[in-house]
Amino acid sequence: MPHQDFLRRLPESDRALRKRDRLQQRLHVDFWLLLLLLIITGGGLVVLFSAGDQSMATIKRQGIYFVLAYIAMFMVAQVPVHFMRRLAPWAYVAGVGLLVAVILVGVGAKGAQRWLSLGGFRFQPSEFMKLAMPIAIAAYLGQRHLPPVFKHVFFTLVLVAIPVVLIVKQPDLGTSILVAASGLMVLFFAGLSWRYIFAAVAAMLASLWPLWQFVLHDYQKKRVLTLLNPEADRLGAGWNIIQSKTAIGSGGVPGKGWLQGTQSHLDFLPEGHTDFIIAVLAEEFGLMGVLILLGLYLLIVLRGLTIAIRAQDSFGRLLAASITLTFFVYVFVNIGMVSGLLPVVGVPLPLVSQGGTSIVTLMTGFGILMAIATERRKVIR
Amino acid sequence: MSEARQFKDHHREARLFFGRALFAAVIIVVLTGVLVVRFYSLQVTHHDDYVTQSDRNRVHVLPIPPTRGLIYDRNGELLAENRASYTLSIVHERVDDLGRTLSVLGELVEVSPTDIEKFNDQLRQRRRPFDAVPLRYNLTEEEIARLAVNEYRLDGVEVHAQLVRHYTHAELFAHTIGYVGRINERELTSFSEEQHQRYAGTHSIGKNGLERSYEDELLGTVGYQNVETNARGRVLRVLESSDPKPGKDLVLHLDTQLQQKAFEALEGHRGAVVAVDVKTGGVLAAVSAPSFDANLFVTGISFKDYRELNQSRDLPLFNRFLQGQYPPGSTVKPVIAMAGLHYDIVTPSDTVYDPGFYRLPNSSRLYRDWKRRGHGTKVDLKQAIAESCDTYFYDLGHNMGIDKMHAFGYQFGMGEKTGVDVPNERRGIWPSRDWKRGARGVAWYPGDNLNVAIGQGDVLATPMQLGVMVSTLASRGAHYRPHMVASVGGETVEPELINQVQVDDAHWDAILEAMEEVIHGTRGTARRIGQGAEYHMAGKTGTAQVVAIAQGEEYDSEALSERNRDHALFVGFAPYDDPQIAVAVLVENAESGSGAAAPVARKVFDAWLLDADNQAEEP
Repeated sequence: MPHQDFLRRLPESDRALRKRDRLQQRLHVDFWLLLLLLIITGGGLVVLFSAGDQSMATIKRQGIYFVLAYIAMFMVAQVPVHFMRRLAPWAYVAGVGLLVAVILVGVGAKGAQRWLSLGGFRFQPSEFMKLAMPIAIAAYLGQRHLPPVFKHVFFTLVLVAIPVVLIVKQPDLGTSILVAASGLMVLFFAGLSWRYIFAAVAAMLASLWPLWQFVLHDYQKKRVLTLLNPEADRLGAGWNIIQSKTAIGSGGVPGKGWLQGTQSHLDFLPEGHTDFIIAVLAEEFGLMGVLILLGLYLLIVLRGLTIAIRAQDSFGRLLAASITLTFFVYVFVNIGMVSGLLPVVGVPLPLVSQGGTSIVTLMTGFGILMAIATERRKVIR
Repeated sequence: MSEARQFKDHHREARLFFGRALFAAVIIVVLTGVLVVRFYSLQVTHHDDYVTQSDRNRVHVLPIPPTRGLIYDRNGELLAENRASYTLSIVHERVDDLGRTLSVLGELVEVSPTDIEKFNDQLRQRRRPFDAVPLRYNLTEEEIARLAVNEYRLDGVEVHAQLVRHYTHAELFAHTIGYVGRINERELTSFSEEQHQRYAGTHSIGKNGLERSYEDELLGTVGYQNVETNARGRVLRVLESSDPKPGKDLVLHLDTQLQQKAFEALEGHRGAVVAVDVKTGGVLAAVSAPSFDANLFVTGISFKDYRELNQSRDLPLFNRFLQGQYPPGSTVKPVIAMAGLHYDIVTPSDTVYDPGFYRLPNSSRLYRDWKRRGHGTKVDLKQAIAESCDTYFYDLGHNMGIDKMHAFGYQFGMGEKTGVDVPNERRGIWPSRDWKRGARGVAWYPGDNLNVAIGQGDVLATPMQLGVMVSTLASRGAHYRPHMVASVGGETVEPELINQVQVDDAHWDAILEAMEEVIHGTRGTARRIGQGAEYHMAGKTGTAQVVAIAQGEEYDSEALSERNRDHALFVGFAPYDDPQIAVAVLVENAESGSGAAAPVARKVFDAWLLDADNQAEEP
């Protein structure tokens, strides 16, 4: 009874493939996705070893995060998709509650208040919201007729706006944009009319000036100005971007060789082990390394979209597509910022940059993808 | 909730989603393409630019300053050396919080308020960026160790061995060798591009004396090191280097012992002594007293020390033998007498009646002789010089006129810079009609002739000029440019004859005999210094008025304040038959050339001619 519809399209003789499919089904694992993730996290450790001053402690810590993240992924992959859908409103409410708590009793540093501290354990609710948001919106829109009508679009926008405003207040512009994107993406995949999309883009362009004038903080404006002209403040705000472009450019096609990057090893490149790690990769492994990494990311994203297309219902489709697209946005924003295409916002390079929270969140997201991919298929007639 | 109850059109929704997913995939591929293009642009198109920039980041050219040339006296005694000294300096650009760094340093090593004041002064001056500014010199081993342990707290703080100039006889040679000091803002601005390169890594420059005039030779050639540094500027390895070439050593004509003796002979008086090698013009001693510790200036003198030196009434910083312009008084008489003989104004046997004063024709003004009763009825040339008879020279000056006196004296270097190899020389005044018209705006009066003939009035000369003058007399007309440096980097500096005074031998005999009579004659003004001498000398005393004595008044030393008393002068040479050393002595406000200045010369002669050590060194 299950996947009849699906299997009919496969060659009858390929029994091995069917066997593999059944194994994937039982383990709730997507082998392609898992393989790509293993390659990228393994390669990431190699780059991190060089970027983190060849400290084994850094590698161990990152390794532990990876283990935890893979465990989280496998566990989330086991959760039935319909259960996620039912959990969605509660996750959303809990996420918003935590964000309010951050504003009230949060802790932070450098003028931003982003964490909740529970008995020494630090937790960043905006990170949780990155997943709660697409789940909630997908659950909401998945139950409606698609494409959504104006009323549903409006409610969706309200649902997106509440946590985003709370995150902007922290302030954490980078994360708020990503959270907003993960919600709006669902709207896009739900078939939001192109008229709305064009109108929104037009409105956004029109609001740039008031945004610049009244909303953005000075340090945020400075980042944008720095992007436009990094030479204006060579030793200050422009330093990071100049040094990272120098690292990338001097790597050339073959790169300077593993552990041979002068920009990173002589400390010219700041944040080489976190946000700017692709500059280390580009310096040491050259354009070849960059193309391989971009290729891997592209394959992951395309695999994610494939999973979304094959999902059983609208909720699965929307959620899988949103998670996948958000992942690509991370990739694009980070690499764009390090190579000087986008302003510097604090977005780590997914699966490669050092740091536990981002990895666990991402892998949890892939766990959701795997759950959707391996959902027992209903025959629809 | 009406629509929820309706059937969802799953196929339509799936198709719709497929379209959107396809669109997203296209966007993703396009954006990935943008990234690829971006990296291609950075890593391929602009690769070379970024390689250059990356190298410029990590590779720095560090200049290696050359070792400054050493300075020796004629006997090979080291006068100016370079001592290794551990210096603590701060690169301001690499320090986040200077106040905090200074306070941390204050806990680790002794930093006096003067050090901080000097440091701040230098910080305010324009510097090369990332140039280390010294805070403390002469760190002890213990201090170096303490700094090394705390290095991690002290970004931008550097300790390095530096060669610092040291003068072994700092006070004795302060006015001849001079001193080096830190390159200041004014010097830095005036540097040419080439000089900026030559002085890369060098912090000091000759400020005064030989250190300044031989700066180019002493400096040497800068070396370079290409080093790889990290972002904090710490040097990780040396990629390539070229060695610096040390500066050339100087060997001086000056003799430390003679210099010492001359200095001591002044017995604490303000004054100057110049001793010249008659045969070469080499300066054997040049003393200006009081002097100062030249080492104070090397690492930057403190404001307090400088004020003390600068405001002292005794003017220790003032170079008396080169910049002090004094009326030479009677010391010019041999030259005036020689001019008289040369121009046939007088013969050695002509005599003058000296009643104790001289009166110009048709004038009531009396020009007094220093001796109230006069020198007798028949004063000839020899007596006039030996006893320093003013009346004889009034008469001679009147008969000869300024033009001849000026032209003749000029050949002995009067009124012109001697050209000695120490900077900031003054030229004195050897008056002429033109000079007076230009400087005073009035015509030449007959009375002026009389003043010039006895070295008074407008006549001014530096002790160095007097040394050259007497040396020219001693050598029978060989007027050498005086010079302190005998060899530069092993190459001998050849004596330079400026001119040869052409006068009959008989005239030289007459004048030199008269000068011998000054010391060895029974009535010579300096006969006291001739007593017990193992060799014969010749010379001339001088006593120069500092303030004019009004007509009809007499010089009363008691009534005059100490600073207004007459200067005592003496010029002379020895031995008489084979002149080797010529000496000019000036003792400020010591009143008597014979009593105060001549004995100094005798001590210098003795030291030079009798000291066994010096004789042994003579070639």
